Formats: sequence, structure tokens, C-alpha cells
Amino acid sequence: MRKLALNDEILLKIEKPARYIGNEVGSVMKNLNEVEVRFAMCFPDVYEIGMSHLGIQILYDMFNQREDTWCERVYSPWRDLDQIMRERHIPLFALESQDPIKNFDFLGITLQYEMCYTNVLQILDLSGIALHAAERTKDDPIVIGGGPCAYNPEPLAEFFDLFYIGEGETSYDELLTCYKEYRDAGKSRREFLERAAQVPGIYVPQLYEPSYHEDGTLAAFTPVSPHAPRTVKKQVAMDITHATYPLKPVVPFIKATQDRVVLEIQRGCIRGCRFCQAGMIYRPTRERDVEVLKEYARAMLENTGHEEISLNSLSSSDYSCLEELVNFLIEEFQDKKINIQLPSLRIDAFSLDVMSKVQDIKKSSLTFAPEAGSQRMRDVINKGLTEEDILEGAGQAFEGGWTKVKLYFMLGLPTETEEDMKEIARLCDRVARRYYEIPKEQRNGKCQITASSSFFVPKPFTPFQWATMCTSEEYVRRAALVKHEFMEQLNRKSLKYNWHEADETILEGVFARGDRRTGKVIEEAYRLGCLFDSWTESFDYQKWLAAFENTGVDADFYTLRERSTDELLPWDFIDIGVTRKFLEREWERAVRAEVTQNCRQQCAGCGAAGFGGGVCFEGKN
Amino acid sequence: MKVRIKFKKYGVLRFIGHLDVMRHFQKMMRRAEIPIAFTGGYSPHMIMSFASPLGIGLTSDGEYADIELSAPVQSEEAIRRLNAVAADGIEIVSFRQISEEKKMTGMAIVAAADYLVCDRECMTCFGEHTFLKHAASGIEEEPGTCQAAATKASPFFEDWEDYLTQFAAQEEICVRKQTKRSEANVDIRPMIYRLEARENAIYMQLAAGSVKNLKPNLVMDAFFTFAKAQKNQEVSVPLACHRLELYADMGNETEQNLVTLESLGEAIK
Repeated sequence: MRKLALNDEILLKIEKPARYIGNEVGSVMKNLNEVEVRFAMCFPDVYEIGMSHLGIQILYDMFNQREDTWCERVYSPWRDLDQIMRERHIPLFALESQDPIKNFDFLGITLQYEMCYTNVLQILDLSGIALHAAERTKDDPIVIGGGPCAYNPEPLAEFFDLFYIGEGETSYDELLTCYKEYRDAGKSRREFLERAAQVPGIYVPQLYEPSYHEDGTLAAFTPVSPHAPRTVKKQVAMDITHATYPLKPVVPFIKATQDRVVLEIQRGCIRGCRFCQAGMIYRPTRERDVEVLKEYARAMLENTGHEEISLNSLSSSDYSCLEELVNFLIEEFQDKKINIQLPSLRIDAFSLDVMSKVQDIKKSSLTFAPEAGSQRMRDVINKGLTEEDILEGAGQAFEGGWTKVKLYFMLGLPTETEEDMKEIARLCDRVARRYYEIPKEQRNGKCQITASSSFFVPKPFTPFQWATMCTSEEYVRRAALVKHEFMEQLNRKSLKYNWHEADETILEGVFARGDRRTGKVIEEAYRLGCLFDSWTESFDYQKWLAAFENTGVDADFYTLRERSTDELLPWDFIDIGVTRKFLEREWERAVRAEVTQNCRQQCAGCGAAGFGGGVCFEGKN
Repeated sequence: MKVRIKFKKYGVLRFIGHLDVMRHFQKMMRRAEIPIAFTGGYSPHMIMSFASPLGIGLTSDGEYADIELSAPVQSEEAIRRLNAVAADGIEIVSFRQISEEKKMTGMAIVAAADYLVCDRECMTCFGEHTFLKHAASGIEEEPGTCQAAATKASPFFEDWEDYLTQFAAQEEICVRKQTKRSEANVDIRPMIYRLEARENAIYMQLAAGSVKNLKPNLVMDAFFTFAKAQKNQEVSVPLACHRLELYADMGNETEQNLVTLESLGEAIK
């Protein structure tokens, strides 16, 4: 018997009740009498966002393959339901069983972006779980965090019992098995945490203590238990071809952001852009075998009934069998009216040819991510994309019939000058000029060049982890300067420029590189009512400012301070396989605008070869 | 070849809105490998239309979708394949070939609908209907329903059957009906074809379709208002509405002849 946790009256009153009822095709139901471990997997945002995340689908499927484990899903209740649950004391529940999260053995929360941190506290709060790990008892689930933000877990350290550093495919089996063993033997929560600390990739924040210099910087970060290792090593699934993959993913009733089959063709990126955290933490680059991918595509389309398939990777053009795979997909599925999505493709003759086959040229737009306007700036960030590449690609696209181009940029990059900023507008203008070089009778009216810029946030484990940020006012000034330069351009009527909010950037900056002391700001902001901070309509910067004020934490210390490479960083206890030496070297090269070649051109000795596979050993066997 | 699919919608699927049911059907067609026809053009879509959207919160034994096939498939085979891939709460009942005429689509010809409305806190009735079967056998998911069924012995309010008879006997039933722009007084009586007590529930047959359409909740609001004025006390209760069937009108201008949409099709053998 499956009872809903919410009654009809509530479900008919709130927005999109389908977010909370489960029962989707592909969702897994198990008999409670036959499972020993209950795992609640959470994406701390609204259902449609959370359901679009591949990582959770992988782990959901992997956990449920274990006969002794039932993994269920939970997402952030939207504000309307949040309020009702508080008023009526309805505990947060999992979608499948509709049982309270508090009854689970584990609550796993994926941390994909900093602006979800108040939502993490909402999940704990609505579940009736103590916010602070230290105050939890044996009745509470073990709260474990993972995902890219877990690479600097310190701002959330107080709220989690465990963090899983790295890819989930490797260590969960051991963790669950030793959990069962300890629970059945009647061991205490503390004893289990100490045991978990010895599982590869598991970080137990309660077993470490930071100390600080007088100037506020980190002096030492020390294990306070003999069971806690000094460094925690990132976990990597080296053979991703044979790693588990969800061939029967959950198919939501309501339209999720990612309403399609997602094929992860490779993990990692050979490019080494210096701002990009994913490009470092997922090293070494590993490809999935193309024959396996073909099989997966067929099975997943059959099982889900989706009408679209998308290739997922950080840089699809670098996948060595891309052409073979794409041709297969077109031949096999196009007459079944399956759309093929190819994000993160480099624009060149091949990709334009493919795209003209799979999409409507008149409607679709082409996307470039030069990230910076000037060549100097692109060399600083090691974006291996020249102006020639961009103009050549855009030119071919225009001749092929496209008229819409989107370009993505970042502002506030290290060493950025006004000249670099203005080059953003000028580059866009040169793209437009390229369009108008086509004889009038051969082109299709005006072109539409849309440029967007976000403000750069330095991330841990990148060569820019030492970089300073700007003040909110300075960001706005820079965006205004670029905007002004756009107005000066010849083709200004064909150009459009959008920029992101600056306030959110500051907060991301604080928590991306924050230490343990920043946790109390998150808690205070949550108590003041901050929630769904990544949603423009919910974001309330004034409350955040009050939270800093009330806790006496200085945001500038984290964003504006210049860090020296001698400084001990809060995340230095994590070993991602890419050495700190390499990051320092890259930081120095960045300042000198020196380009480092990609992994296939020439090994830069980052350290990831230590994992013994992937691109580092290509052609060496 | 045009085909009419009749299906049930029950359980938690009552919270899935019409557009999402359509999306679910599109994915079901692919999973079941039904040879459905597509429109032409650069963004082809399945040729599929639903007779009458069902509101969120309602369950149904009589929903209809018309599709076009690009190759024939046997009814029994199609039903089997579709039910094998449908979510819990969607059940395909029939799969029948219908007329090729454009004006004969479910959407164009639907003229009336049957509903059962019951008191959400007293659902002890309803023998053969999906919604109630589930309530009775304890599969019904909503906590309010099956447990509360025991706590309230009789539905609605005291003497509700008498008031219903009086209510139905009126020549005119005026309600405030909200349109997109304004509110207007509308006489809904001509759109109520039948209205009567049936065991512990209220059965009604109402106008449906694009010309005139009446929702059961609106009738119940009017009924509660009527009874409240007579009894001088609050009588409204939370309701559970269940659609039983959709009809086409095969009569002429003077006489109605309602036949189920399903009966206009023939099984493919």
C-alpha cells in the first residue's frame, strides 16, 4: 500500500503536485522487509532541476542494483509547499515510499553549485534532522555530501557527517557494507564515522580541526582522531566503459530541464582551461567505448521513450570516435524522429555538417564560448581558441545558412584590463562583419549576435585558486564599460549584450573558497529566510548582507584578499591527483599569458597520470 | 488508419495534468513501438489528440485519445504492449479503428460526460469503478480517503438525497461563472442532462466539448449553495470526482442520441 505523504487538499493547492508523488516510469519500488539499508538521494533544488542531473541517476541505479539497499529520491519542496510543511509540521519525505527522510539510514546530498547551500539546510530542517552533525544521534540518518562543491567541503563541514570526494562509482559499496556491519554490531555513530574515515575518498569533518593565524588565514588543518587520514584522495572510476550506467533512468511526468536521454561519452577534459574546475577535478580524461555507447543509446531510447538524445561531456569534439557515434545516431534514429543534441561542440566543418543534418538551421543558433574578448586574455585562461577559429567557424556557419550566434564571456578574469573588456564588444562586431561580407542576395536578412557575460569566480583546484575577485561595484562598472563599447560598434543593431548579476557572484566567491568559519553565515542566512538563492525571484542579497553582519564574517577576506602560493588553503587536505605544484606553475604561466598545450598535444605533467589510465596512457599500450 | 484509444486514469496519476498525460502517451507510444504517424515539416510530432482534458485531481474510467497509425497493429496486441509500458495509474481499455473523417475526431464530437462525485471523507460506495475499487481494496494512496471512510458513516450532509432531488427539479440554476475577462451569471441547468443520487455518490451527466462544457465542481458548488440556503448551515465537504465516460451526440437537432466514443470504433483483428 502506497500512501502519499501529502493529502489531496494540499496537493491541489500547490504548484505542480507531480513534483511530490513519485510513481514515474523507471522509479524503483522495493519491499521494505527485504532491504537493510535505506538511502535517500537528494538534489537540493526543485524537482525539475534535480531530475535532470545525470550523476543522481547513475547513483540511484547503482544503489538499487544492491539487493540490500533501497535508494529513493528527494528534492527541495518549492516555497509554497515549504511553508505548508512548516505550518503543519509535515516531515520531508522521499518520493518512492513517501516515508519521512528521518527514518532513512543515509541522506546523500549532491552539491552542484554554491547557491544551493541554504537549500541543504532546508532539507535537513524539514526532515527534522539536527543541522549540526555533532548534535545528531543514532536516530538520525548519516548525512553525506558529494559532487563538485564537495571539493571544498569546509563551508558545509558542520552540517555533514561525511563527504564523498570523487566519483561515486568506486567507494559506496564499501561504505554501505561497513555501515551495515557497524549498525548490526550495535556500534555507536562516532565509531561508524571513524571507520568510514578509512574508506578511500571519505572525509569526516568532525575528525579534523582547523586553526588560524592572527591575520585570519589557515595555520593548520589537523586530524584529531587516529582514524582520520591526513589527506583524502579523490576517487576515480578508471574504466568508465564498464562502470555502471542507468539504462532505465526515471522518466518524469512533468517536463524536466533535461527531458532526454543523456549519454555520457567521456569524463574529464584534455583542454586545461585555467578557470575550469571540472577540467581539473575530473582528470584524467577517460572515454567510454563507442560500441558500448551505441548499445546504451538504443536501450535507453527504448526504455524511456524519450524523443531526444544528448551527448554529455565537457568537450564533445575531443571524443575520438565522435564522428562514428554521431553518424550512427543519425542513421539509426533520425527516421524514428529522434532529435539529436550535440552540446559543447567546437564549431568547425564537421560539426556544422552534423548540425545541419540534425536541426533546423533557420531556428537554431550556434554557440561559441570564447570566454574572453582579447587573444591575450584567452591565452591567460588557456582557452585554446583563436580569433581566427571563431571567425572561420562563424563564417562557415553563416554561409551554411545560420544567422544566429551566441557568444559566452567572463568578466573579472585575472589580469583583465579595460582593453580586454572592450575586445568583447569588438570581437562580436567582427563576427557580425563576417556575416555582412556575404553578398546581400545570398544572405538571409540580418544576423543576430548575442553575447552574454558572467563574472568569473575562482574555484578550488584550479590554477586561479589564488586569484582575487572584484567588488560588486567594480563588476557592474566592467559590465557597463562593455555595454558602452557595444554601443560604439558599427553593427550595434545586430548585437545584443546581457550580463549576470554581480551580487550572487560575490556569494559564490565566498563559499567556493570559504573555510569552516563561513558555515555560520549560511546558517544565519537560512534563519533569515534565504532559500532557492539560485532563483532570481527568491534571491535576497540584503538578507545575505545581514547574515555576514550578524556573524561578523568579512566577505572581502574571502573574495578580495590576495592569496600567496605559500598559504595553506582550506581544501589542501584533499588530493585530486593533479598536484599543487602543477597548479602553481599554471598560475605563473597564466600571469605571463603563456599557453599550455592540451593533454593530447603534450603532457604537462599535472600528476593525473598517477591514476594509471585515461588520456595519459593513450597510444602507450 | 485512425485509432481511438480508451483509457483509465487513477491513483496518483490524478495529479498529473492534461499536457503531461499527453507527454506520457507520446513516450508510451515509443516504448510500446506503436507505429504512430507523424506530421511533416522540420519538427514532426505524433498525430494524437485527446477528446476532453481532465482536470487535475480527477480520476477517470473513460478517457480518450485519437491517434493515426502508419501501419496497422492488432487491437489486442497494441493494448498488451501499451499496458506493459504504462505508468501505474494509466490503463488502456480499448484500441479501435475509427472513421477517417476529420469531423469525427473525439475532440470534435464529444458532447457529454458522466461523472460520479463522492464525499472524500466517505468513500464506501462505487463497486466496479476503478477509483472506488482502489479505495476499497486499500490501494488508494490518499490518506484522507480510505481511513476516513470509516469515520464518516454517510456522505455529504443529512438528507442530501432529498435536497439533490429538489435541486435537480429547478428549471433554472444560475451560477456566477468566471471567464478569462469577467464574471457572468450563467444558467447551467440546460447543460445538466442527468443528476441523481447513486448509492453514496452523486451521478451526473453534463455537457462536454468545445461548444458547451460544464464541470462537475461547478454543479456541486451550486448544489451546496442551494442546500446551504435551505438548511441555513454550511454543508460543503471536500469532494472526489471521477469521470465515467465520454459521449458523442449522434442525434439530430431535436433529439439527443448519446453514444460512447468507444462505440464508434471497431476492434482491429
